[in-house]
Amino acid sequence: MELYELTLHELLTLHNNKQASSEEIVNSIFKRIHQVEGDVKAFISLDEDTARQKARAADSEKWPGKIAGMPFGLKDIFCTRGLKTTCASRMLENFVPTYDSTAGARLNAAGGVLIGKLNMDEFAMGSSTEQSAFFATHNPWDLTRVPGGSSGGSAAAVSADEVPFALGTDTGGSIRQPAAFCGVVGLRPTYGRVSRWGVIAYASSLDQVGVFSKDVEDCALVMNLIAGRDPRDATSLEVEVPDYTAYLDAGIKGMKIACPREYFGQGVDAGIQEAVKKALQKYEEAGAIVEEVSLPHSQYALPAYYLVATAEASANLARFDGVRYGLRDGQADNVIDMFSNSRSRGFGSEVKRRIMLGTYALSSGYYDAYYLKALKVRRLIYEDFQKVFNEFDLIVAPTTPTTAFKIGEQIGDPLTLYMNDILTVPVNMAGLPGISIPCGLLNGLPVGMQLIGKPFDEGTLIKAAYAYEEISGIRCLKPQQGVI
Amino acid sequence: MGKDYEVVIGLEVHAELKTDSKIFCGCSTAFGAEPNTQVCPVCSGFPGMLPVLNQKVVELAIITGLALNSKIPDYCKFDRKNYFYPDLPKAYQISQFDLPICMGGYLDIEIDGDKKRIGITRAHMEEDAGKLVHQGNITSTTFSLVDLNRSGVPLLEIVSEPDMRSASEARAYLEKLRAILLFAGVSDCKMQEGSLRCDANVSVRPVGETRLGARAEIKNLNSFRSLERAIEFEARRQIEAIEDGEAIIQETRTWDEDKQATRSMRSKEEAHDYRYFPEPDLPPLRISHEWVERLRTVMPELPDQAQIRLQESFGLPSYDAAILTLTPESLAFFDKCVELYPQPKMVSNWMMGELSRLLNQNNLEISDCRFGPAELARLLTLIDEGTISGKMAKGIFEDMFASGKPPDQIIAEKGMTQISDQDTLIKVIDEVIAANPTVVEDYRNGKEKALGFLVGQIMKATKGQANPGVVNTLLKERL
Repeated sequence: MELYELTLHELLTLHNNKQASSEEIVNSIFKRIHQVEGDVKAFISLDEDTARQKARAADSEKWPGKIAGMPFGLKDIFCTRGLKTTCASRMLENFVPTYDSTAGARLNAAGGVLIGKLNMDEFAMGSSTEQSAFFATHNPWDLTRVPGGSSGGSAAAVSADEVPFALGTDTGGSIRQPAAFCGVVGLRPTYGRVSRWGVIAYASSLDQVGVFSKDVEDCALVMNLIAGRDPRDATSLEVEVPDYTAYLDAGIKGMKIACPREYFGQGVDAGIQEAVKKALQKYEEAGAIVEEVSLPHSQYALPAYYLVATAEASANLARFDGVRYGLRDGQADNVIDMFSNSRSRGFGSEVKRRIMLGTYALSSGYYDAYYLKALKVRRLIYEDFQKVFNEFDLIVAPTTPTTAFKIGEQIGDPLTLYMNDILTVPVNMAGLPGISIPCGLLNGLPVGMQLIGKPFDEGTLIKAAYAYEEISGIRCLKPQQGVI
Repeated sequence: MGKDYEVVIGLEVHAELKTDSKIFCGCSTAFGAEPNTQVCPVCSGFPGMLPVLNQKVVELAIITGLALNSKIPDYCKFDRKNYFYPDLPKAYQISQFDLPICMGGYLDIEIDGDKKRIGITRAHMEEDAGKLVHQGNITSTTFSLVDLNRSGVPLLEIVSEPDMRSASEARAYLEKLRAILLFAGVSDCKMQEGSLRCDANVSVRPVGETRLGARAEIKNLNSFRSLERAIEFEARRQIEAIEDGEAIIQETRTWDEDKQATRSMRSKEEAHDYRYFPEPDLPPLRISHEWVERLRTVMPELPDQAQIRLQESFGLPSYDAAILTLTPESLAFFDKCVELYPQPKMVSNWMMGELSRLLNQNNLEISDCRFGPAELARLLTLIDEGTISGKMAKGIFEDMFASGKPPDQIIAEKGMTQISDQDTLIKVIDEVIAANPTVVEDYRNGKEKALGFLVGQIMKATKGQANPGVVNTLLKERL
């Protein structure tokens, strides 16, 4: 057994018992990265020298904290002081922030050792990580397949044992979908649970920072470090943060689980439906009460999402104008040409598509028909969930309609690609927490099961997800030897 | 021309709110710093940065609303106003669109003794943009520099109803609004520093027509004078165009100070589509009734209240009261002076006469005055005590204004004390009588006018220092 194969809590135990030093752990991580990175291509940049320094500092207790000396990765959307932050875009190819994201800073303050910055779809727009301006990331389960997206690098790196855990962001499913494709745990917390400060915005009212880990216990540990109000993010809320590890008790007897019929309909692979239904059976056998419910407005979530998200994105990405930072056309004769040439060259086609969609949706004369209507749909979706949560503790459904698809398979067809988010976007529209955990394999590829909770009730998600690991024995799924 | 048309004017005023730090970050708002020294990643629009609302801005906006008789809704929100410009770092301005902090309201102006009420539509909070610095002329410059010190400075945009009918009404409105903002302590209102800016919406229509004509929005009005001139020019331009059979198009125009004319910037077709939508980075703002009421109780005296006080407690004419309440500094000067010299009309006369003449001549504000109310009170007391004459006082006053020295010092230095001593005066009187036998003879023969000539000679001999009352009495005795 190599150190890089272990979970965060296993590494912590070894480290606390002086059976492994941080330096050994971090060395093992880099050994693994150098072994597999050529195939997986999860990282945009590595911070090897600094990481090794921090590991040594942690060993001499100069880099203290709850996870002192423990390696982690960050999606390249988290600003890192002094370290290039690209958002997988040509626009920010050489951008070095002077500040850290709050979530990243909290991990640093806890003694975490940043290994590198992870690949993603450009500006988090995509579901396959093929939209990275630099290169595609490959799914460790099958290198010819995508890892999902937009946080595909984070999911792939955890799955390939390149880091024990990583942070990502989830605007429409960008944590849960790649977690499902790569067979790892992916938690998107409630909107407002984790600070968005220093995280480059895609759609501000939907973006939320979350965790990729190998098992549920690690997810709880990391949440303990990053959750909570940040005075620098006005949308982060003053809600008490519980000790999430206290939910790792598997006590799900009597828990009321809702199973929404709309999530088991047309377009969702029969094998996936079957896998999730089997999991529900296991829950029932363990004493949970499972009932079918309806979330009638689910079908409108995807179109409404693509209006709200693109509208916000059109404003959020307007600041990339070449004036203060980022790519700039220095040859333009006048400022208008400088703006448009810089943006034309800096952004990839999917980013341009979404900026145009959002600009259109907000335009005078179309606002009411598109953006305003989408906000109304958003309200209805929230109310659907609220009704179910009046009677149930959580909702269980598939995370994705299919397992990981082939690289290149959907790239030319944006609408098909958008359909990947159909089961994940309702959670974002309602601002709820959702977690994806592996619930089995289908044709050798992981199947993700999605658990959706009440606002700020990540604890119940962790409890139920942990229970499933215990009941099913499915924990730390590893790709077959020989693939990578 | 002009008889058959009426001008309709509404004003949009941007007042910089008086806070130490910017609206969404901790940077200083101080005026005049070196370019880009009061900036941070938030106000320069760096990736991943988020705005956090400065509560002081909300407080000042509420106080303004109360002072303008507005309704403060318990719920308001921020919106993004999208447009590209190099001085706008996020390429959107955080502003308030459909749910502003202040709704409705009014203020009263006085035109030729008649009171007129001007409606206020709304007032909303927003952030200022930065500014561009061109090397020379904007059209010929090879490059421009961006200074973001001003980016994120808090503004309140106050929009009036189209209730004004002349340039002088517009000026009176802006003066009154400025006075209110100054008294309420919410803004410095320095037009030359840009902390008070004004755009005018101007249209014309035949008298009796109730619908509004197409309007021009006039920008770049940097003084009360340019506001008046621009409105006068624009109204004339529109009326002439209509009389020539042209249609007025809705457009944005700019005031050219050199040419004393407005010119077109962009038409409605070229107007920006700002694509407003709710700002997702800031939760909607809930304003409690208690907060509003607490601010109402600490509201300072406003110009209207002060004006009534001056009329009722001191018996001043409304004209005087209106002028003295144009700024809190002038009212404070008056109040302090009257406390030390309790003859309000006399104080008012001096302030509105001599003081305001000298301030205007030198283009100064009362806060720039080098002496204070105590010195004016002392000067007036010296007149009453007979130490100096009213005429001498005016000279001393000019000296005080120029040097800032107190009146007693000026009098001592120049030996300007009034001569009331009988023996000294009798000596001079006798000399004058002796030197002018013919005139003395005329007086004794009943020529009253001759007395004036003799008094004049006595004043001349004493370099104007003789007490005229005493001279009169003594002269008659000696004759």
